Amino acid sequence: MARFERRKPTPAEGLEDLIVTSRRHSPDGHTLEGYLRSGGYEAIRLALGRSPADVIAEVKAASLLGRGGAGFPAGVKWGFCPPGVWPRYLVVNGDESEPGTYKDRLLMETDPHQLLEGCLIAAYAVGASQCFLYVRGEMALAQERLATALNEAYAAGFVGRDICGSDFCLDIVLHPGAGAYIVGEETALIESLEGKRGMPRLKPPYFPAAIGLYGLPTIVNNVETLSNLPFIVTHGAEAFAARGAPPSAGTRVFAVSGHVRNPGVFEVPFGVTTFREIIYDDRYAGGMMGEAPLKAFIPGGASAPWFFPEHLDLPLDKAKVDAAGSMLGSGAIVVMDETTDIPRACHNLVRFFARESCGKCTPCREGTTWLEQVLERILAGRGSRSDLDMLADICENISPGLRWPPRMTTICPLGPSAVSPISSALERFRSEFEARIPVRKTLAVKAAALR
Amino acid sequence: MARLSEANVRLALEIIGRYPRPRSALIPVLHIAQAQDGYVSSDAMRHVAELVGTTPSEVLSTCSFYEMFKRSRPGAYQLNICRGISCFLRGADDLIERATERLGIPLGGTAPHCPVSLEAVECVAACTEAPCAQVNYRYFGPLGASELDELIDGLEAGRLAELPPHGVLSTVLQSPSPDRLAGPSMPEDSGPPAWWERRQERETGKEAG
Repeated sequence: MARFERRKPTPAEGLEDLIVTSRRHSPDGHTLEGYLRSGGYEAIRLALGRSPADVIAEVKAASLLGRGGAGFPAGVKWGFCPPGVWPRYLVVNGDESEPGTYKDRLLMETDPHQLLEGCLIAAYAVGASQCFLYVRGEMALAQERLATALNEAYAAGFVGRDICGSDFCLDIVLHPGAGAYIVGEETALIESLEGKRGMPRLKPPYFPAAIGLYGLPTIVNNVETLSNLPFIVTHGAEAFAARGAPPSAGTRVFAVSGHVRNPGVFEVPFGVTTFREIIYDDRYAGGMMGEAPLKAFIPGGASAPWFFPEHLDLPLDKAKVDAAGSMLGSGAIVVMDETTDIPRACHNLVRFFARESCGKCTPCREGTTWLEQVLERILAGRGSRSDLDMLADICENISPGLRWPPRMTTICPLGPSAVSPISSALERFRSEFEARIPVRKTLAVKAAALR
Repeated sequence: MARLSEANVRLALEIIGRYPRPRSALIPVLHIAQAQDGYVSSDAMRHVAELVGTTPSEVLSTCSFYEMFKRSRPGAYQLNICRGISCFLRGADDLIERATERLGIPLGGTAPHCPVSLEAVECVAACTEAPCAQVNYRYFGPLGASELDELIDGLEAGRLAELPPHGVLSTVLQSPSPDRLAGPSMPEDSGPPAWWERRQERETGKEAG
């Protein structure tokens, strides 16, 4: 049996259009040699020739929205470090675990030096004196590729002291995680990096940029966000923005999985390509896997409220998807066809959140478990009509008003995320849940007698 | 089981030295303990507590939060079948059932006839290769019934010997030469880095000039 073989580039992926995945199919793109041959570590030289404030201004002008899930502009986030408070830390969030998401692992495995160069640029811009690269524990190859890349980069003078012959110094510490979805939340990640259980901190006051690692200013950026920086510094904010539909500027990497013919990871112009194109076009996922038509799809990872066929013509644009009541989140599009058993799919998603709840906030700890138990009962054919109302009631208690973005009853969005699939499915496919609920015999007999 | 070996203590101390606070190295050091024994024993947790300067109960608190740390010995091969939504849609449940039948163990069990432990795990970020599995955190997929059988046959026959045993996460470790290190940035150093100050001076000089 073959280990994963990377797919060959599809015609849509002309190298000239790519920003972060340009070395994906290059056999030695992950090595220092391959990286240097394709323009690597030029951006940090350019950045070092400019002032940190200049670099921040360039990234702000590029409108680089965070690629981790929340989509907050990276340049603006950097500006939140309180003046005069030192030292500052940079933390890389490589704990990709949102169900359906597969992009950061690809970037870490196939282009680790690009990420390291992004770290150098970000640390230089904000004045960080140390960088921690938190990589999900389960990703052994990504750890190996990053460790190798770091060893190469240290030896070649790109990381450590006197970087590129300048006075700029930065250690990057590779830090393996150990398996906990919640650690992808930035304050939980900081707790974990302090050697504790990964439980989120309350914001405010614990906004990492002000009170982060060891209580000091800390910038937490996603892998894909940082991987965009070398391009922005080398080619400028304008060239970056020209590849998308600002403010959704640049490109974004989407993983399309589920019931499609050609599941894959695709880097497309941000805000331009539509869901219909990325799901149906032969250059991307190539349409549905079998005869059955599309029933529903998740536009941005398991936490996102679902979309349906009428949403297919929306562009992959942050503002438009937000306005339609969901989110692009972590760039995970999960496609379900008509054969999908919706109550079971819901149970699958809710079980995930129930397992991964850290247990700190009551609505999430109790609510997700109750949701899972009620769904289990319904799936086992032991449900009752009132169970559907109970599901809705629990959802309402975790996430009042069932809006997206949610009104928070919990410290982090994990609890409300568990509500998304149920509220979407109950609204659209209520009859599928009702069909699982047995008609009580005694009632049926009584009803017959009355007739 | 054992405390950390001398070589592992040296490795642990080197890693601890990279962090501003020793406790920050707790998870990486627990990985060293797991690589040594295949799981994290109580003795190892006590030893790790000494190394990072905390109590054994604090170490247990952290250790027990994270899925990957096993506190009893699993098989040398940890077969984790993904049951995330993308794998579910592509038949993960059938795959999981088949694996339990083939190995004759429930989820969470270790086979009596071969050193394989079986788990169903949450999304492992290989959604485009669904349904997929990991053996000792190395990917296999997409898996149909016959590919799964082949994988299990291989595990039973010891044909996957090239995989490092459970606990060894990365076969390459970060090992910068000491003269290249900038050194950890301590919270007590309440000033900006030296290079930053020099640049700020240059900027203000430029403005004044």
